[in-house]
Amino acid sequence: MIINGVQIDATFAEAFPMKGTRAIITAQNEKWAIIAAQAMTGFATSVIACGCEAGIERILTPDETPDGRPGVAIMIFAMGGKGLAKQLETRAGQCVLTSPTSALFAGIDGGIRIPLGKNLRYFGDGFQTSKVISGKRYWRIPVMDGEFLAEATTGQVDAVGGGNFLVLAQSQPQALAACEAAIEEMKKIPNVIMPFPGGVVRSGSKVGSKYKTLNASTNDAFCPTLKGSTPKTDLSPEVESVMEIVIDGLTKEDIDKAMRVGIQAVCNLGVENGITRISAGNYGGKLGPFHFHLQEIMA
Amino acid sequence: MSALTFTLKTRPEQRVDMSPLVCHQLENLEPADIAAIKLHCGKKKLRVDELFTISGFDAKHIQIKNSFSKLDYIGKDLDGGVIHVEGDVGAYCGMGMKKGVINIFGNAGLYAGCEMKKGLLEITGNAGDFLGGALAGNKMGMKGGLILVKGNAGDRVGDHLRRGTILIQGSVGDYCGSRMIAGTIAIMGNTGKFLGYSMRRGTLLLWNSPKLSANFNDCGSHTLAFLPILFKSFSELNSSFANAENAFNRVQRFAGDMSEIGRGEILVKL
Repeated sequence: MIINGVQIDATFAEAFPMKGTRAIITAQNEKWAIIAAQAMTGFATSVIACGCEAGIERILTPDETPDGRPGVAIMIFAMGGKGLAKQLETRAGQCVLTSPTSALFAGIDGGIRIPLGKNLRYFGDGFQTSKVISGKRYWRIPVMDGEFLAEATTGQVDAVGGGNFLVLAQSQPQALAACEAAIEEMKKIPNVIMPFPGGVVRSGSKVGSKYKTLNASTNDAFCPTLKGSTPKTDLSPEVESVMEIVIDGLTKEDIDKAMRVGIQAVCNLGVENGITRISAGNYGGKLGPFHFHLQEIMA
Repeated sequence: MSALTFTLKTRPEQRVDMSPLVCHQLENLEPADIAAIKLHCGKKKLRVDELFTISGFDAKHIQIKNSFSKLDYIGKDLDGGVIHVEGDVGAYCGMGMKKGVINIFGNAGLYAGCEMKKGLLEITGNAGDFLGGALAGNKMGMKGGLILVKGNAGDRVGDHLRRGTILIQGSVGDYCGSRMIAGTIAIMGNTGKFLGYSMRRGTLLLWNSPKLSANFNDCGSHTLAFLPILFKSFSELNSSFANAENAFNRVQRFAGDMSEIGRGEILVKL
């Protein structure tokens, strides 16, 4: 398949079941809501070493938030429910509770309930109070700038992590420009996040390493400087840079949509902007139950 | 299907226990069976059709017409459905209700909504003492749900209130929120003496400055984040509490009752 001169490989991205949740952070203004959200979703690019994958889903207008203030929806994904709950709680406690004027609310009403402010309340040292409003429990924790308001729980649901595609380009600036265009469009899709810095990862990995202590290492088949060094290279001579976009989402369909608009945005730049191929990372289909076939998505 | 309607024929001298006439107990009964239900009236037991003219079939939607202040226990332990009352009601209306809606187009007597667990009790007139309270000797009053009174309420509103919300558009008598364990009472009118007497936790939300006892300490003026959420939850009500112009988030906070654990609060609109 070729779109606007860009070859779409007959391959697929391989993704895994994860557990996901959403939280809504509000603050006095959008600036401080974003600061709290960035802190909470920091150091959460990959479950390989961060314990979770997290990102900002979108900015919310005041009429979309429970308390009528500007807000941000963030999503967190982890391999298991316990790990997710722990990450959510520690991040909420260290990054949102501490952030001036912030409040924290559930972003998913259904699913298994996991603690959001339920245990953070103990920071109140006995002065905390709760309010049950319309069936939801909120904790009011006295803090130095007033009161930190946090909903007791949020919902944990089954999710999908690790959807991806690779952008192969004739130069590094062209690869980055294409990925930026893709991320711009993918941010408009609900229920997904792209957890890497700016949504783009330049150090895609393969499973395993020659070093026993490492369980992931550089994806040498797509490293342009190794074209002549590794027999596994998957790059043609004109490719000088490869970047990857990884997507976590609540459902396979959400990731499908995000990949479609992302790949389309890259293809819109086309071969005249140095984009040669779109490929994807997989493990032969043996590890992950979710397969995203690029040509089917773009058909 | 038309609402199952009970129209009172004559006003008996003695008080009537209306507790059998609730939606979940009448759902699968034939009209003849409903007519044959015996209601306590003083020391007598009267058939329903001796007291009421019965019409309609839909037991999930009960109407009581020509009601007056001696019909007690209307909607007691209601477990779903709607009861619509035209006229005053006696004591214990909505006592222990589990879910559903009771609309009273008149005044309510003592202990309305006492120990209710969930649902909505709406009173367009005035309510008597111990609204949403606990029965004598019991330690817990209302445990959930919402009571809306468009008129005034008597003394001891929310006595031993455990959870839930009581909204009063008018004024209340003495000892409002006495012995409160938790929950919320909002009063647009004036409050009487001994407000929040012996309250442990919970919130008394006031539109007008109260006369406070020495057991409440001033914590200063604050903008509280939970208030917009609380007011938003009232937006569907047929009440001035739903009017966005009556909402506020800036309050003077008083903590008390300090002779108890002092975790309760009185919030007064600024």
